[in-house]
Amino acid sequence: MTIAIVDQGAVSDPHARPVYRPFPGPASKRIVVGYGFWIFLLSDFIMFSAFFAAYAVLSGETAGGPTGKQLFDLRTVAAETGALLASSFTCGMSALAVQTRQTGKVYAASFFTFLFGAVFLGLEISEFVRMVAEGAGPQRSAFLSSFFSVVGLHGLHVTAGLVWLTVMLGQIATRGFIPTTMRRFLCFALFWHALDIIWVALFSVVYLMGAAA
Amino acid sequence: MLGKLNWTAIPFDEPIPLVVSIVLILIILSVLGWITVKGYWPYLWREWITSVDHKRIGVMYCGLAMLMLIRGFSDAIMMRSQQSFATDGGGGYLPPEHYDQIFSAHGTIMIFFVAMTFMIGLMNFVVPLQLGIRDVAFPTLNSVSLWLTASGVLLTNMSLVIGEFARTGWLAYPPLSELKFSPGVGVDYYLWSLQISGVGTLLTGVNFVTTILKMRAPGMNMMRMPVFCWTALASSLLIVAAFPVLTATFAMLLLDRYLGFHFFTNEAGGNPMMYINLIWVWGHPEVYILVLPAFGVYSEVIATFSGKSLFGYRSMVAATMAICILSFLVWLHHFFTMGAGADVNAVFGVATMIIAVPTGVKVFNWLFTLYGGRVRFDVPVLWAIAFMVTFVIGGMTGVLLAVPPADFQLHNSVFLIAHFHNMVIPGVLFGAFAGYNYWFPKAFGFTLNERLGKAAFWCWFIGFYVTFMPLYALGLMGMTRRLQHTDNPLWDPWLHLSGLGAVIIMVGIGLQIAQLVVSIRDRVALRDVTGDPWNGRTLEWSTASPPPFYNYAVMPNVEGLDAYWGMKASARTEKHEQPEYEPIEIPRNSPTGFVTAFFAVVMGFALIWHIWWMVLLGLFGAFVTFMVFAWRKRDEDELPADELARMELERAGAPA
Repeated sequence: MTIAIVDQGAVSDPHARPVYRPFPGPASKRIVVGYGFWIFLLSDFIMFSAFFAAYAVLSGETAGGPTGKQLFDLRTVAAETGALLASSFTCGMSALAVQTRQTGKVYAASFFTFLFGAVFLGLEISEFVRMVAEGAGPQRSAFLSSFFSVVGLHGLHVTAGLVWLTVMLGQIATRGFIPTTMRRFLCFALFWHALDIIWVALFSVVYLMGAAA
Repeated sequence: MLGKLNWTAIPFDEPIPLVVSIVLILIILSVLGWITVKGYWPYLWREWITSVDHKRIGVMYCGLAMLMLIRGFSDAIMMRSQQSFATDGGGGYLPPEHYDQIFSAHGTIMIFFVAMTFMIGLMNFVVPLQLGIRDVAFPTLNSVSLWLTASGVLLTNMSLVIGEFARTGWLAYPPLSELKFSPGVGVDYYLWSLQISGVGTLLTGVNFVTTILKMRAPGMNMMRMPVFCWTALASSLLIVAAFPVLTATFAMLLLDRYLGFHFFTNEAGGNPMMYINLIWVWGHPEVYILVLPAFGVYSEVIATFSGKSLFGYRSMVAATMAICILSFLVWLHHFFTMGAGADVNAVFGVATMIIAVPTGVKVFNWLFTLYGGRVRFDVPVLWAIAFMVTFVIGGMTGVLLAVPPADFQLHNSVFLIAHFHNMVIPGVLFGAFAGYNYWFPKAFGFTLNERLGKAAFWCWFIGFYVTFMPLYALGLMGMTRRLQHTDNPLWDPWLHLSGLGAVIIMVGIGLQIAQLVVSIRDRVALRDVTGDPWNGRTLEWSTASPPPFYNYAVMPNVEGLDAYWGMKASARTEKHEQPEYEPIEIPRNSPTGFVTAFFAVVMGFALIWHIWWMVLLGLFGAFVTFMVFAWRKRDEDELPADELARMELERAGAPA
């Protein structure tokens, strides 16, 4: 319940009372910003969970329209997954390069992050366009409403991430590696990896289970 | 060009909204004119609108909440008088479509823009002071939160003049709130106002969780935090966990309404009951988001005015965190009649009763704190004691409603209305008033008039009982909620009595306004020169009233619970020698919050009226604002140590 830590010296004595180590005072900016952004990401996960819940409730409500098994093309989804994971890998590389302030590496890694992210988005948009053209748009049934919303929400996040990445690179180009920018890059990396976690859930719950059902 | 907007949006044929709108517009214009004539704009812009100081932001939140209390109460007294007049087949003075908007607006405004805004205001003002720090974790974000809340307020009130508000009740249940059954802009006003202000609230939650967990003064371990900070933490955690669900739910309803999706429609497999589930997954924790900070206020007030430390601090903390978790396990008790089956209803009924246990722990802790204390019956304590008596009655009717078979009888009756007003008015509003009277001297440097404060208290206290006890009786007699007129002569005396109660509360509100005016007039006589007018226990009383913008010249070193009481007890408050001052980083003021909110209003208004080019304009404006903020050169100004020493010396030497 408390953040108190048992004094290391007292461990050997089983009868010793735990010693409170006083709270050291406000944390550094880097920790505060990263921590706050994590809390925000958790709230984002909860928003997704509401959409997942809606999908779980409505996934069988096809209203006589097409089902997931008829619509989902797992090869496209595999390609999307590959693009997103590769983009996360290069994002990790760029985060490391930001730590060591290697401008060239940051640009190169971020270029690939952007590229793979854009490929992912392109694949997703083409999937959506194909489905709408087949008459399987979000207005067709409650199942498709919830499908387009939960997958589209993730796509919107990826789009926002791409815009954010561009802005970050602009900041590094004009302002260099100042602490503010480095903290923002840290948050961006957290955000980009969090989108992977969401995608894993989407991939399993929506596509794999949908294609199997 | 202007989407759905045209001259029919102005209610020319409805005298009541038209006259109210004209009067409101005249009042706003005259206030703005007065500010312009007096030349206060630069001051307001520099010191308030662009301020990122948590104290200023807290004061603005509370001011906003008090204004909205008057708006929400106007709706309330219209409802009570309508029900009092429209008996025995009489139509009253409010046509049904207007009456429906009034009860929807009343609930929306009172929960989102009075109760929550007031609590967040108190949290903003008090938490950093109690933690012994200089600001919240993200000061500019805090300003964004405030102004986004104000945007929601503005959009909701715009619906008075342009268009209409929702006629669906305060939670806009589908299928009634779907486009097919509510084709007007009312539901859109409701949804976009709450989406925009909801983003602000979520950011507040993130900000305060981070502040409380990562930014406390040296030595302030978790179990040394004042109870108000614990309740603020619990409330902020609930915001972070519950508000995204509200955002998601409203987003689904918006997709239904704007793009023809089928989340909650009757057709194509949509499921209206899913909305009811989702909205209460947010809605039940929301009740505790409101009430927990008020519990914190009561804990501070009762301990201070009893001259004792709080009884059972650890059990109070445990009870707070238990409520924080249990609040997510009871949402289904809002709709036992859904038909989930006896087993499910039983589980949620029992869970609901369990949540009364930690609440009971709290009540006993407060009682035992009072017991044996030298209780000073100042205004904040009166509110706290009235709360305890009244809240327990509401809690008991709540346990009655938690029994599913009884709920089937009482569901949607005015018994339920009486119950939740019996929780929220003493539980939240009385807490807000206790906190307002308690911390006002800290915020402004003078206390509030005691006599008028007590008079206002008695009017509210008696008025509450006269208004809501008859509703319990009426509910048991079978009267359902939201009736525009009634024709049962047996109900009439109760309805008239309830209307009388609303008038008594109105007198109470009038006395509160008088209290503020008289106190400002007598501010010299009421001046608090000590910084500690109530013989307080927590750190906020150790700094001056009002505190300097940096709160503490030297960050306090905390050595126990009731940190300031401990300092006073060991006589370490006298500063014998000049302390070691260190330079302080002060976050720079920023118009980001205000400008973002401006564009949010533009975007919200455009979305409500389907003016698509204006939506893009609002979006673009908000983006540019963020870019300007992202590229600003300096985030903070440094206050050098010698300057700080000079300011401290000046303040200390001022009275001499």
